[in-house]
Amino acid sequence: MKKILKSDGFQSLIASLICVILGLLIGYIVLLIINPSGAWEGIMAVIKNFFFYPSGPARMKYFGSTLVKTAPLVMCSLSILFAYKVGLFNIGVAGQYCAGVGASIYFALAFHLPWYVCVLGAMVAGALLGGISGLLKAYCNVNEVISGIMLNWICLYTVNGLLSKVKEPTSPYTYNIAIKSRKSLLPSFGLDKLFGNNKYVTIAIPLAIILAIVVMVVLDKTKVGYELKATGLNKNAAKYAGIKEKKNIIMTLVLAGGLAGLGASFFYLTGIEQWMCTSSSVPSMGFNGIASAFLGALNPIGTLISSFFIQHITNGGGYVDKTMYCSQISDLISSIIIYLCGFVLFFKTVMKRMGGAKK
Amino acid sequence: MILLIQYTLIFASVLILVALGGCVSEHSGVINLGLEGEMVFGALGGALAMKYLPADSSAFVIILVAGLAAVVAGMLGSALLGVACINFKADQTIVGTALNMLAVAAATVIVKAINTAENPDNVSSEISYVQAKKAFIENINGFEFSWFMLITVIVLILIATLLYKTRSGLRLMACGEFPQAAASVGINVFKMRWLGVLLSGALGGFGGLVYITAGVSQWKFENGVAGFGFLALAVMIFGQWKPKHIAWAAVLFGMFRALSNVYSGFDFLVSMHIPSALYNMLPYIVSLIVLAFTSQHSRAPKAEGIPYDKGMR
Repeated sequence: MKKILKSDGFQSLIASLICVILGLLIGYIVLLIINPSGAWEGIMAVIKNFFFYPSGPARMKYFGSTLVKTAPLVMCSLSILFAYKVGLFNIGVAGQYCAGVGASIYFALAFHLPWYVCVLGAMVAGALLGGISGLLKAYCNVNEVISGIMLNWICLYTVNGLLSKVKEPTSPYTYNIAIKSRKSLLPSFGLDKLFGNNKYVTIAIPLAIILAIVVMVVLDKTKVGYELKATGLNKNAAKYAGIKEKKNIIMTLVLAGGLAGLGASFFYLTGIEQWMCTSSSVPSMGFNGIASAFLGALNPIGTLISSFFIQHITNGGGYVDKTMYCSQISDLISSIIIYLCGFVLFFKTVMKRMGGAKK
Repeated sequence: MILLIQYTLIFASVLILVALGGCVSEHSGVINLGLEGEMVFGALGGALAMKYLPADSSAFVIILVAGLAAVVAGMLGSALLGVACINFKADQTIVGTALNMLAVAAATVIVKAINTAENPDNVSSEISYVQAKKAFIENINGFEFSWFMLITVIVLILIATLLYKTRSGLRLMACGEFPQAAASVGINVFKMRWLGVLLSGALGGFGGLVYITAGVSQWKFENGVAGFGFLALAVMIFGQWKPKHIAWAAVLFGMFRALSNVYSGFDFLVSMHIPSALYNMLPYIVSLIVLAFTSQHSRAPKAEGIPYDKGMR
């Protein structure tokens, strides 16, 4: 028992739970300030999400919808996590995701390519963008956070321009992939039957889970993973030990970008949403990925759970009483949670001290 | 042409203010990636002040109250960064990023709550201040002079003097270079870092107010400040963390930003048929190229980004 209490994993779990509970509590207080009469129903709507529906099939259907949006979030947080283990903060994940959106939708609508080509295209687009950040970091010493942000904006405007070529003439949205190019949609292999015939439930969900396990194995069990982590811990020591640190930095951001690009195709190739070609900011999916990566204590399996949780409350935000509150309340809660994740080190130190005192 | 100069100067003012904010914070040893968020906080404070000030207030009162509100709001935002990064030794990159997201989400929730309370059908996150904004501007023969341009020059001189000519400024910079050495001669590192962070919040907040009044008279808070805080960081790096160089860098970047507003007024630019999206991208592309060439021999403060630990020598 004592062993469990003292283990690092357990302490990370407790620290994450503290972040979640404090985040929800602050969210509740904000609702109380805005309008005390409906605050409890408001915060419960955020927490309940699909349990809002009383009957079984409807509940399963909306559980499926939450999962559909969880898959890209898992990919974005894997991208953040992977780069962070190598000492890089890949804030360009939002732009890489955006590049993936551009490639997957354009390949589907302009060339009517089958789904696996669109998925690959999205991965390559994200990887290329990540590669630019990597090259700039390795050879020009440009901080990856700054170059990432700049590339986010460049990419947003490029994708808006590119996708304007395949948009509906009367609206700012791109054509519906389900109508224009059915074979570009991800197959579901009967998974949709499990979730109340929710046609957006596809192989993206199991693929995201498999990729999380792959990332974990690569980082923990392979030589490449070991070298990458060594580069992250001390670049100069790694170089001294004969590891090509420049190559590793570039490769990390390429892979991280590829993961983010894949995430975009996992979402847009289900046909659930069309891209708005007048978007004025990059999709928030990437930034939410930062939240779930840190909330999941930078562990691939942890991020599966935390991604689901973040998406759960984000979707739940849609059920608050719109006459009193707005759905962005869940964005506020998740940003508070990331802020609190900064204190994880402090929480853990306190727990260690308490553990020590007992002994 | 006059329009280009006008927009260049006003955007340069924003960049100078915010980049100076980044500059003081980094010289004290704290990387401030939350500048963007501090701008949003400041913009919100300033916009709310302009909204609630009586319409017949004099220009001086409007400038003073809106400016103070922006400064205070920016400082409150930066205090969040200070608590986490200075006292609790949190990772400065994560907290800065969190602050940016927090600011946009909080501003959206607050503004929407206010708008919906006034009129249940109004679910936008927009505040407009058409009347109040006129207080900032003097029209001189078609050139819209903004008082903020003058204030920026004064702030620039003040910050440069503070950093290089005063005791506190030099102490502050010592804390960003080698905090343990600074502590050994009796300087309170925590106090100096707090000074740097709060000053940067004040400057960032004020810069946010200037940004949302540059050329527009309403602001949609869902959009934040569109990466301007990060552009300011690029300006700061290009300016090698020195106020004078930052000013020139800001004018250069301000010009590229201004081009996207006014390019349609130039016949030769219109005749080239460059898509407007390219003009929107221009400041970001230029900053990437500039950073690629200037980051190699960086003069960044040596101890920035590392939480101060007394025991580490």
